[in-house]
Amino acid sequence: MSAILEVHKLAKSYGNFDAVKGISFEIHEGEIFSLLGPNGAGKTTTISMLSTLYTPTSGEATICGYSITKDTMAVKKCIGVVPQDLALYEDLSARENLNFWGQMYGLSGKSLKIRVDEVLEQIGLIDKAKLKVKTYSGGMKRRVNIGVGLLHQPRLLFMDEPTVGIDPQSRRAILDSVKDLNINGMTVLYTTHYMEEAEELSNRVGIIDHGDLIAIGTQEELTKSVGETDTLILHVGEETNPETLSEEVRKIKGVLKAEVTDHQVSIITPTAEELLAQVVTRANNLGIKIKSIDIREPNLEAVFLNLTGRALRD
Amino acid sequence: MRKLLIIAFKDVLLIFRDRAALLFMFLAPFALTIGLGLATGSFSGKSNSGILDLPIVIVNEDNGQLGNALVEMVQSDQLADLLEPEFLTDLEIARKMVDDNKTVAVVYIPAGFTNSIIPNDVTSNSTQIIQLELYGNPSSPTGVGIVKNLLEQFISEVEVGRVSGTLAVTQLLESGAIDPSQAMKIGQAVGELQTDTQVGTSSIKLNNVTAAGTEVKFNMLALLAPGMALMFLMYTVSNGGRTLLVEKAGGTLPRMLISPTSSFQILGGKVFGIFLTGLAQLVILILGTTLLFKLDWGDPLAVLVLVAAAALAATGWGILLAAVLKTSGQVSAVGTAIMLIFGILGGSFTNIGIMPNWVQWVSRISPNRWGLDGFTNLAMGGNLANIVIPVIALLIMAAALFLVSVVLFSHRGIGKE
Repeated sequence: MSAILEVHKLAKSYGNFDAVKGISFEIHEGEIFSLLGPNGAGKTTTISMLSTLYTPTSGEATICGYSITKDTMAVKKCIGVVPQDLALYEDLSARENLNFWGQMYGLSGKSLKIRVDEVLEQIGLIDKAKLKVKTYSGGMKRRVNIGVGLLHQPRLLFMDEPTVGIDPQSRRAILDSVKDLNINGMTVLYTTHYMEEAEELSNRVGIIDHGDLIAIGTQEELTKSVGETDTLILHVGEETNPETLSEEVRKIKGVLKAEVTDHQVSIITPTAEELLAQVVTRANNLGIKIKSIDIREPNLEAVFLNLTGRALRD
Repeated sequence: MRKLLIIAFKDVLLIFRDRAALLFMFLAPFALTIGLGLATGSFSGKSNSGILDLPIVIVNEDNGQLGNALVEMVQSDQLADLLEPEFLTDLEIARKMVDDNKTVAVVYIPAGFTNSIIPNDVTSNSTQIIQLELYGNPSSPTGVGIVKNLLEQFISEVEVGRVSGTLAVTQLLESGAIDPSQAMKIGQAVGELQTDTQVGTSSIKLNNVTAAGTEVKFNMLALLAPGMALMFLMYTVSNGGRTLLVEKAGGTLPRMLISPTSSFQILGGKVFGIFLTGLAQLVILILGTTLLFKLDWGDPLAVLVLVAAAALAATGWGILLAAVLKTSGQVSAVGTAIMLIFGILGGSFTNIGIMPNWVQWVSRISPNRWGLDGFTNLAMGGNLANIVIPVIALLIMAAALFLVSVVLFSHRGIGKE
């Protein structure tokens, strides 16, 4: 497969703060590539540079064979962008929004109308197309936001955390639509901090943290990199301090890492089932009540934890 | 160009769907015009607010019937709230008062003025008429225009009286009803009667007859309505400038920037949208006041030219605010302040001619000042030629403001980072 996107040592700094630290990767035509990382990792800054909104401090990238710094208009025509935050006119209807944005992408006349109808059908809002966007639910607005990015049928679609802050049903609909788009030949760069989404959608995943691309590969390649480790997750009550339990658990032989996220302790270990009894005993000794326990096989969460020492949602 | 227009029309559509903005754009200027109209007695035919109180100086060297009639007219109760006359005997001192910006105009009634119009010998063929002189303050064109209007009304009525008096005496002579020795006495009597009639019936009001013969009623609303319209035009343009920052914060401006649309097209579209909104606002207000208050704004073509120039200059201010300030909240606050300051400076509330020199000088930075000068000229019967200076001033203002804004935007970008 040929590369539709090639990124070479792309960097962006704001004064002394390096938001993106010289990352390199490529995306092949027809794949879904996810940039997985916590909030503030540099995902949106990367998308903003690739979509020509921000000028890179250094490095270069080419999209559809065009430089993002020299051939910006050609790049803009090749890409579609679904921004993280809604970028719509709330006092216009869905149809009016799509008409406006379609014209911004050079569509007009009959082809515009046909394309707007197709997109409205695609996002399931053809019956409510005349209502003002401000009357829509959060999920419906998200769908219009995505629809705008699809209007001109771009070869490469950037989706920047499109499921943030929406209900599970809308989230499911969006994930399914991403898969459909990909089946129909669209290449997708998808950013998220939800491991499950990256696992479900992606052909390949890049893990980004503090502006660095710390790992890249298929899900299988990435999980293999952390070895045959399981993740033991202990859910504790809100009244208890999970840090105390985390410190105690680290003393157990066979525990590679133990990190706290909200009211849970994540333990990386190659022998989860064998350690279980010891962990419960130590929790009892500390007077900490464990509400539930999960044992997960190697996944991207474990990869992130292994690479950074922190949980993905930190 | 197509995308520029699409962006502009989208902005106009959004503004016209914003009820709060519509209230400010249309209802507020209407309400204030009506309120001030009621306060000034414009609807009842009485003017009692002293909204103008134009300071003028009369130098009467004539002391004949017509000179005295003119003096009585400017001192009449009907004009008491419009004029603040002062009487001097030294023309040079009076002119210096104008030069020093202490008064709006000097009305000089030369010696022999009455006799040149109502000669002692009505059979004389002398056509030399000694003219009144109006020495106006160029920094107060509105005030000078009003005084000029009053003088023209006075002269017009005197002229009608003179011609009819001369005609009557001549016909009496030709018919043999009187002999030449009686003509002089009868002529004087007719002249005196004519003068008495004018003063006695107070027929001179704030009316004028244009050269074309069309009656133009000078209405206080002709000052109030454009004043309010221009003041709220500043609200509209600052609100328009604000939308640029609202779009930046709301993500639609960055989204436009990542579409295959140039910064020039986007900025041009925003500017054109603000201009169109301002233009629409003024046109609607003009049509509304014409229909509701029977207000005559003057020559329609000239009004349209002036409206376009005023909207363009005001748009320059709106876009400059967006270029200088960082948040939409800042633009709202500063825009409101500028709206009020320009309203006061530009003469929306009071006659700028009675303000100190420096205020009058500073007022030139406001589109309100030039716009109001132009509208007043047109309301008093002026045409396109009479508003050349305000229009050029507004266009220069617009060009300068756009230039500064473009330079500022080119330094910081219109929506990036």
